[in-house]
Amino acid sequence: MTALLEVEDLRVAYGKIEAVKGISFKVDAGEVVTLIGTNGAGKTTTLRTLSGLLKPVGGQIKFNGKSLKKFPAHQIVSLGLAHSPEGRHIFPRMTIEDNLRLGAFLRSDKPGIEQDIQRAYDLFPILGERRKQAAGTLSGGEQQMLAMGRALMSQPKLLMLDEPSMGLSPIMMQKIMATIAQLKSQGTTILLVEQNAQAALSLADHGHVMEVGTIVLSGTGQDLLHDESVRKAYLGED
Amino acid sequence: MNALPQQLVNGLLLGSMYGLVAIGYTMVYGIVQLINFAHGEIFMTGAFGALTVYVYILPNGTSMWVALPLMLIGAILVAVLVAVGAERFAYRPLRNAPRLAPLITAIGLSLALQQAVWAWYPDAKSARTFPQISGGPFHIGSVTIQTGDIFLLVAAPISMAVLGYFVMKTRTGRGMQATAQDPDTAKLMGVNTDRIIVIAFALGATFAAVGAVAYGLKYGQIDFRIGFILGLKAFTAAVLGGIGNIYGAMIGGVVLGIAETLATAYISNIPGMGKFGSQSWADVWAFVLLILVLLFRPQGLLGERVADRA
Repeated sequence: MTALLEVEDLRVAYGKIEAVKGISFKVDAGEVVTLIGTNGAGKTTTLRTLSGLLKPVGGQIKFNGKSLKKFPAHQIVSLGLAHSPEGRHIFPRMTIEDNLRLGAFLRSDKPGIEQDIQRAYDLFPILGERRKQAAGTLSGGEQQMLAMGRALMSQPKLLMLDEPSMGLSPIMMQKIMATIAQLKSQGTTILLVEQNAQAALSLADHGHVMEVGTIVLSGTGQDLLHDESVRKAYLGED
Repeated sequence: MNALPQQLVNGLLLGSMYGLVAIGYTMVYGIVQLINFAHGEIFMTGAFGALTVYVYILPNGTSMWVALPLMLIGAILVAVLVAVGAERFAYRPLRNAPRLAPLITAIGLSLALQQAVWAWYPDAKSARTFPQISGGPFHIGSVTIQTGDIFLLVAAPISMAVLGYFVMKTRTGRGMQATAQDPDTAKLMGVNTDRIIVIAFALGATFAAVGAVAYGLKYGQIDFRIGFILGLKAFTAAVLGGIGNIYGAMIGGVVLGIAETLATAYISNIPGMGKFGSQSWADVWAFVLLILVLLFRPQGLLGERVADRA
């Protein structure tokens, strides 16, 4: 069986500074894979490259059998790769419902879109209650829900979530993590970037630890969760 | 002639012309944060496009009722071509340059377009006569509407309705809103932002061309400099309404037109202000209004920001 996403020796640079220095990993259909690591490790750069916002200087990205390097950012979502960006980036002056509709920008199956909007409201009831409200008025956690709901509107084969728990209260963070677990149980394939290593590894089938642009350690979520060096560096244990 | 209703109607007509041109400033600014100072010249080339159709393409003596739609198409074609060309060859290569670079390019382009028309358009070294709709002025109660303004009266509301429908109801319009709010995220949704930018330039040019035909009909002559002051006025209207807001552009235009008309008509009645009321002071009052808005309400009349929470 071939992987849904296969990244090989990926290199990304900002000018002369290489932010991602040749990483390789894969994501199989149906699994949750997490990239963990500190700020500046290159996790967000990796996701932004996968969705075409940044151009790699080297390496291969194969998604669903196709090389992604040929596609501009706006075509990649139509291949089945959805990206919920770091910092949520909802459209603040649009209503919640219009934000969700933009997630389905390239779809033209009206009944299907309506059905998926309803599904997003079922997943996050607060969004349904406020559907006509400007998205900029939502709290940080609610905006995160909207960003995830919006990404799901493209019916992705792979959902990329960048720091979904960033800046959230512990309760809100638990809610978001529970939602990711729920999506996983429904069979959604997820590539999760997190600084909250504990939460991410508990959910993930596989994890990769990134440090300054390279993957230093890989394993199953449970292995990494119990790995001595990971516990010291990322889970705050002595 | 000095009656208030008449002045208000004059101001409304003048203002809707400003508004039509202001749409282009505000749309382009909303999408790429560029003040396209060549937009006034795009308007001017549109006026010459309309003139070309009438003088050089249609047979002599074609009825204005037949000619006008064709002139409008000619104006739109030329203006869109110039605007899209400017975007493609002047602004796009500077997309990631410091903001000053495209601004200076815009000013340079504005001069280049003026000089090109001056140098190469037949007899454009002095003003050229713009064809007029025949027939006397219309009277509604005490208000007189000049024949040339009938076009504006019809075209301005239709233009606004079309624009409103396009931006709010069509898929491209929603992509445009998304691009204005967050271009990278718009790409993640599948919006081809390069295409949206071209469409913004083209749409702005289309409405400027409608304004240009209105200008020719209203004043009866055009020259290579008409884009300069009118462009500044339209820019003022865009800032007045809240730059980036398309309804603001139209409202800003109307407010500016009415303020200018009223100032010209009435300011001389204020003791000691006698000499400030003539037509030659109209531009001064328009820009005084701009300065006041920038001082006291820099976000414009409709400018608003929903707090973007971190």
